[in-house]
Amino acid sequence: MAYAMLVIVLVASIFPLYYSFLIASKDNSALGDAVPSLIPGGNLFENLGRVFDTVDFWLAMQNSLIVAGTVAVSNVVLGTLAGFAFARLRFPGSNSLFLVVVGTSMVPTQLGVIPLYMLMSDLDWYGTLQAVVVPALIGAFSVFWMRQACEESVPFELVEAARVDGCSVLRTFWHVAFPAVRPQAAVMGMFTFMTAWNDFFWPLIVLDPNDSPTVQVALSTLASGYYTDYSLMLSGASLAVLPVVGIFLLLARQIVGGIMQGAVKG
Amino acid sequence: MTVAPARSGTESGRSVPPPRVDPPSWRHRLGRWDTRYTPYLAIAPFFVVFGIFGLYPLLYTAWVSLHDWQLVDGAQGFVGLENFRELFTDPHFWNALGNTVSLFVLSTVPQLLAALALAALLDRGLRGRAFWRAGVLLPNVISVAAVALVFAQLFGRDFGIVNGVLGVFGIDPVDWRAETWASHLAISSMVMWRWTGYNALIYLAAMQSVPKDMYESAMLDGASRWRVFWSITVPSIRPTILFTVIVSTIGGMQLFVEPQLFDPGGTATGTGGADRQFQTLVMYLYEKGFRLFDAGYSSAIAWVLFMLILLVALLNFTLTRRIASKG
Repeated sequence: MAYAMLVIVLVASIFPLYYSFLIASKDNSALGDAVPSLIPGGNLFENLGRVFDTVDFWLAMQNSLIVAGTVAVSNVVLGTLAGFAFARLRFPGSNSLFLVVVGTSMVPTQLGVIPLYMLMSDLDWYGTLQAVVVPALIGAFSVFWMRQACEESVPFELVEAARVDGCSVLRTFWHVAFPAVRPQAAVMGMFTFMTAWNDFFWPLIVLDPNDSPTVQVALSTLASGYYTDYSLMLSGASLAVLPVVGIFLLLARQIVGGIMQGAVKG
Repeated sequence: MTVAPARSGTESGRSVPPPRVDPPSWRHRLGRWDTRYTPYLAIAPFFVVFGIFGLYPLLYTAWVSLHDWQLVDGAQGFVGLENFRELFTDPHFWNALGNTVSLFVLSTVPQLLAALALAALLDRGLRGRAFWRAGVLLPNVISVAAVALVFAQLFGRDFGIVNGVLGVFGIDPVDWRAETWASHLAISSMVMWRWTGYNALIYLAAMQSVPKDMYESAMLDGASRWRVFWSITVPSIRPTILFTVIVSTIGGMQLFVEPQLFDPGGTATGTGGADRQFQTLVMYLYEKGFRLFDAGYSSAIAWVLFMLILLVALLNFTLTRRIASKG
């Protein structure tokens, strides 16, 4: 009984994705069928080709890769550094500062989008990738996640020993703490990559859809034609989803673990 | 905060016992400086980035909202509360507010209840735990933009599969975009699809830290599974429920991408349907700010929404605490 219900939930989880791929593989005329067939059609590559003809999807992929990659690496380094400081270094105010970090994740910063846009145009960053990258270089979630990881995996004695031996704080971080939390940092990095890859609201505003789109912005361009071409739209959506689903299939267990652990301690 | 020996790894370990009274070497002083200040340097990047790109713009919104301010041409003079006065008599604002609240309630309440049920299901020591958990989380990692496009198709009037299935049961096709209630249902289903599994995992994590012997004694007393769930499990995970309610409030009140992309043809205008039947406050903010370039007015919307989120979060906080403590 429990299994039957879980299977239903699972089908509901997967169906929209399968459906997206299904439509992507069909000719638009096949959509008129009253009860749509669940067997893929033979037009997948033709539709994908049309995606690349309509928008510069290669450029969009490349931009998304640069943005998400930079954001992920930076969050791994800066997040682990801050997490290490909060978990293993004693300094006045560390507890209250950490609470501030956690609290910031509840601030609806999206509402500051107008001044943020003006700031970016003052910097002459409109339409450039750094306008998307720089605000995301380090997030509260990464600090929180890596503090947890350091609490678990960086032995206090090891830090102490390195310090007594005359290792500076930064060297201790790099040679003692970072190697110890490498697995968690990798998962956190991939998770950040997915989040940055999926980001839509801010890139839509600050990037030029024709000049410097990310994949998500390109998707909205596909969707904004006067005539809605579902095969085209969902071919693009399938492509956009592919890297993220790939990462997820590889790391699902660790990502689930990370989210659940954060929930308990948070 | 877990076990943490107080004051360890500091300079005191090195200089005990002090052999002579020499002026501290530069190396020693550097070490002290390092111990004292490097921790702050380590956490500084977060505060700098958040301050410049998060907090400052949010606060500056209040200042912009007090001006006649054009996005491209800049401030055109201080107007006091004029933008707010105009806003409160603007039917489009009230419409967007109503839609936001409706979408928020429609997507959050069933979602969190479903998440609770799903978590209870996952908590029953099943085989293939990792598999089910991953399957449940999958929708959450899919980009909203892609999800919105898929659901736009699923809920299509003429060729959508939802209408197709309804047709099998002899129900007339629904125009999911034209009707207010229908569009709200469709958009809420999108939000639910993405977030139910995620919240279920959060609840599951909390449920697993409930001591098992509490269940056992209740079972021995002959309590039904249903009763155990409501009188032991739910009260035990109250803080977690509170947390998800508040986070969902903050997210739900800022709903944008799902409704924005729900009407593919109308995406460019951002009005949320021909009669604004599913335009949310953030969509209205976007339309005013980035389609009509009225930064002052748009900022007034942002600031009102900010106050509203604070208010609803506080309200939720007190309500949820009261309800949950009764249970």
